[in-house]
Amino acid sequence: MTSETGTPLLELQRINKSFGAVHVLHDVDFTVHPGQVTALVGDNGAGKSTLIKCVAGIYPADSGTIVFEGAPVTVNSPRDAAALGIEVVYQDLALSDNLDVAQNMFLGRERKRKYRLPLLQKLLPRTLDEAAMEEAARETLARLSVRTVASVRQQVASLSGGQRQTVAIAKAVLWESKVVILDEPTAALGVAQTEQVLALVRRLAEAGHGVVLISHNMNDVFEVADRITALYLGRVAADVKASDVSRSQVVELITAGRSGDLGLAPSTAAESI
Amino acid sequence: MTQTSAPPEGARRADVRQGTRLRQAVGTIGGQNLSLVIALVAVLALFGSLNSDYLGWSNIQVMAQSATVVGLLALVQTVVIVCGALDISTGSQAGLTSVVSAMAFTSAGGNAMAGIGAALAVGVACGVVNGLIIVYGRVNPVIATLATLAAFKGVAQLISDGSAQGYVLGDDIFIFIGRGKIAGVPVLMWILLAVAIAVHILLKYTDVGRNIYAIGGNDTAARLAGIDINKYLISVYALAGLVAAVAGIILTARTGSGQPTSGSEGLELKAITAAALGGCALKGGRGGVGGTLLAVALLGALDNGLTVQGVNSFWQNVAQGTLLVCAVVIQQRRSGERPVGLPT
Ligand SMILES: Nc1ncnc2c1ncn2[C@@H]1O[C@H](COP(=O)(O)OP(=O)(O)OP(=O)(O)O)[C@@H](O)[C@H]1O
Ligand SMILES: [Mg+2]
Repeated sequence: MTSETGTPLLELQRINKSFGAVHVLHDVDFTVHPGQVTALVGDNGAGKSTLIKCVAGIYPADSGTIVFEGAPVTVNSPRDAAALGIEVVYQDLALSDNLDVAQNMFLGRERKRKYRLPLLQKLLPRTLDEAAMEEAARETLARLSVRTVASVRQQVASLSGGQRQTVAIAKAVLWESKVVILDEPTAALGVAQTEQVLALVRRLAEAGHGVVLISHNMNDVFEVADRITALYLGRVAADVKASDVSRSQVVELITAGRSGDLGLAPSTAAESI
Repeated sequence: MTQTSAPPEGARRADVRQGTRLRQAVGTIGGQNLSLVIALVAVLALFGSLNSDYLGWSNIQVMAQSATVVGLLALVQTVVIVCGALDISTGSQAGLTSVVSAMAFTSAGGNAMAGIGAALAVGVACGVVNGLIIVYGRVNPVIATLATLAAFKGVAQLISDGSAQGYVLGDDIFIFIGRGKIAGVPVLMWILLAVAIAVHILLKYTDVGRNIYAIGGNDTAARLAGIDINKYLISVYALAGLVAAVAGIILTARTGSGQPTSGSEGLELKAITAAALGGCALKGGRGGVGGTLLAVALLGALDNGLTVQGVNSFWQNVAQGTLLVCAVVIQQRRSGERPVGLPT
């Protein structure tokens, strides 16, 4: 059915996840291709955030395989995910208000100064290289054509929602990550800021990143997505090209799990409830 | 148009540059610290004019020496608070390690290094216990260290039978720590200075410090960035214990014997007062060595001035409390928080 060429960047196969007695994800398959925006849609509680948290190493999946660039991998911590080149921009914006833009972008992976003498390198603790980090942060923002963030030395607390989102996305890009996952990046934004973030999402894909966009907004999804994966109560209802479906079909997939000949078999859809 | 407006624009730019330089200077000192400096100068000027001996070198040394122990505890309290936690047990840790240092010294046949080593080890152990209770027992830091405040004090009283232990002032090393001078400056001040510089470098110039600020600012963000929060919290409490032990050793060296409670009781509150006065936000993520040291100096100068003037020592407590409340109120006003519900 699909006309995809080349190996996918990231492939999740038959992922299951339960929280206690609640079975949140049922045999979920999910694929991300380089240079494409894949929209992950589904109603509240469908399991979108849970799925990406399994990829990001926040909590382990109960079963299933994660294949990255053709090879099966294990992701047990956010550091593992980052090392592979998977960056997540979380719904609840994981930025530290008391730090500035550059400090946030480098959080957990600060650059340190090098000593000339190898002996000193071994003996002395290495101090932070603020200048290099500031420069790299500024470069990344410029590369993404971000003009809304005036200074990388600005405290994040003083930024607007759109600016914060921009910083969070730029943070993901800074690490040359191959897969960038965005959990509802436009949920709290106004019209103009939404447009800016969506343009940024498009530029990420054009730069060759595999982008995953989680959104409840069909306008956003159809504006930037190449593929759409719909989750219904923890099951994949459909995985389709965005150009092959209409908005109303996607809305039906989200709310009922099926639409015409697309989606879950009627028995499965009913059983999930 | 550009040509005609060139000269005034150039002048304005120079103006702006000067303005930013001034602002930068204030920025590096910090608004909070600036008001502390002003308050300190005012206190020094007031008592200096009332009593000519107040600003003499010998009295300044007295002030500095009595501020050393509080200063040490306030410095590590700063690190703990920046992390978003609190350690109320530091005073008891100082008392316990003071007793341990003297008793280990005596039982090792007058070996100062044995006394000091044992005290440091016990201090770190106390800190690790605090950290483990908080992280793995899931006990709120205030409650956990309130409990160990009592428990550590109890242990100190048990092993010392509630009285001063040992006598260390026959030993050169303890005499050197308590009374010695390097380049005319008391060893105590050098110790405080060394710890202050170490903590400052840790907080401002290393990734460890950056991560500590991040944990205090938003622990979810820190966790998602791959920072091992548990390791950090336990290490920070261990550091607090280590420095509390240094304070305990100093107490022993100053008084000549191990003191289970006298000299250390209540120090934890003074340390927290100094840290808060110095600009640490108790919710975490904000504060630094400069502000804390200034606050320690201010509190010390005030205490000493009131003593020199012969003011009833009860008034010192009132003055300290008033100062703290004023400082925090000013701080909150400036941050523009709306007066609704519980403050953050
Ligand atoms: N840590 C957790 N413990 C227990 N249950 C959880 C946990 N996280 C999520 N769930 C449950 O898993 C289900 C899926 O949640 P999830 O956050 O993945 O939904 P979502 O698709 O991201 O929804 P939304 O669009 O509202 O963000 C929900 O029923 C939720 O209650
Ligand atoms: Mg979600």
